[in-house]
Amino acid sequence: MRRDLGWWALLAPAFLLMTAFYLAPILQVLAISFTEPTPGLGNYERLLTNPAVQRVIGTTLRICLITTLISLALGYALAYVIALASPRARRWWLLGVLVPLWISVLVRAFAWVTLLRRQGLVNQGLQSLGAIEAPLALVWNETGIVIGMVHYMVPYAVLPILGAMREIDPRVLAAARGLGASRGTVFFRVFLPLSAPGLAAAAMLVFIVTLGFYITPAILGGGKTLMAAEWIKLQILDLVRWGLGAMLASVMVVTILVLLGIFSRVVNLRRLFGAGA
Amino acid sequence: MTGGYAPGRFVRLLAWATLLYLLLPITIILPVSLTDQRFLSLPAERLSLQHYASLIASPAWRGAIWQSFWIALASTALAVLAGTLCALGCWRLSRRSTEVVRALMLLPLIIPSIVYAIGLYRYFGRLDLLDRFLGVVLAHGVTGIPYVVITVSTALAAFDARLEQAARGMGASLSQTLRWVILPRIAPGILSGAIFAFIHSWDELVLVLFIASRQVFTLPRKIWDGINENLDPAMAAVAVLLIGLTLVLLLADLALRRARDG
Repeated sequence: MRRDLGWWALLAPAFLLMTAFYLAPILQVLAISFTEPTPGLGNYERLLTNPAVQRVIGTTLRICLITTLISLALGYALAYVIALASPRARRWWLLGVLVPLWISVLVRAFAWVTLLRRQGLVNQGLQSLGAIEAPLALVWNETGIVIGMVHYMVPYAVLPILGAMREIDPRVLAAARGLGASRGTVFFRVFLPLSAPGLAAAAMLVFIVTLGFYITPAILGGGKTLMAAEWIKLQILDLVRWGLGAMLASVMVVTILVLLGIFSRVVNLRRLFGAGA
Repeated sequence: MTGGYAPGRFVRLLAWATLLYLLLPITIILPVSLTDQRFLSLPAERLSLQHYASLIASPAWRGAIWQSFWIALASTALAVLAGTLCALGCWRLSRRSTEVVRALMLLPLIIPSIVYAIGLYRYFGRLDLLDRFLGVVLAHGVTGIPYVVITVSTALAAFDARLEQAARGMGASLSQTLRWVILPRIAPGILSGAIFAFIHSWDELVLVLFIASRQVFTLPRKIWDGINENLDPAMAAVAVLLIGLTLVLLLADLALRRARDG
């Protein structure tokens, strides 16, 4: 134990920084949600009584679900092709998936605005092709938000799915084929069930990340479609209603932690945050 | 992993379409930034570097770039120092006793930054750290720690613990063992963590929107104001520079991984 003392000391800087400058501010948000404007559960009561709060939660959940479903579908197709590709091709595919992952959210939102707005490149292109008469409303509404959010989330969906797919023993697939199963049967009866843990992990990851999205919805939603994060900002910076903002923030954190808690019983979390990553 | 089992045509098409969707917005920005027009559009007659020139000539943009750079550098230093030491401690001590510490270090990846941002807004107000260089460095540094902890832990997982025991057994102190035996082996992991911590701070906007206003004005903040106020092609030029920087850093990380895996 004495010998270990030096090693424990190594944890101190990170632990102190984290506690003083990360944990403390977050716990304070939790505290504010119970104490302001008056002590008690008043803020949480609004969850049941205030239609504005309910509308924001509804919008957020709807957009998050749609985003998660589309990201999973696209991510699964990508992961499937990557998993079955030759090692050389696989490297290129992975590069194509990983590069967008690290490009600034802000830059991407800006790029989407350039592409999707009324006089944007997509509308101009479609009009000059004669495909549409009037420009389509692709941005500053829910469609724009979903396009931008799915763009952000697809790489997150691909990684856990690909991880699960690569653990599948190819001999199992060959055996199924050899025993006379059609390609469809091999996929639905063998491949899909074996990759399901990855699919579940991806769903969880994507859903959790989308819940707290701020920048993409704020820019591509154009202030008309309010999601939770932007609503919280509005309460605190513009309306100075700390209690209400802190309440929704706390609900968000608790939801995420509960989802993770339930999920960690089903799938090994190390796969997500990884010894590897 | 073929075994006579290849994806069908529809899935292949969907995968290609998705890849295109992922890459299109990032690549379309390059021609837009080279436009000869005064508004956001593709070049009409010729390519022009005028928007890059106006960017470099603008003191506001230059100031924002410098501020972002120094903040990212300082917060990376903080994250690397704290994160590396923490990963080392967790690695050497038993898994069970450091479980809580590990979980704590990963929190910033799980909790949405909007929640942290409003918390900090209030917290820093009392500490007089709002709109201060130090405040933003602390916020970015602390949230950069997870990236370092993850990459260094990965590097340590591949390190033979007996080397450390041998060094200690031959009388090396803890600091000597760290300096001469462990650090050289995990240096690529540390550098990798530094790269991600740097990108994290360089791109970070949500926290800055809350805890900085006039004195501290980072590049993302400037871009944010630009998107909300006037969409001019200079923004596309900034976007290209940002994408370029991220690509360079990612390639550096890739090279590091190659070198490590030998």
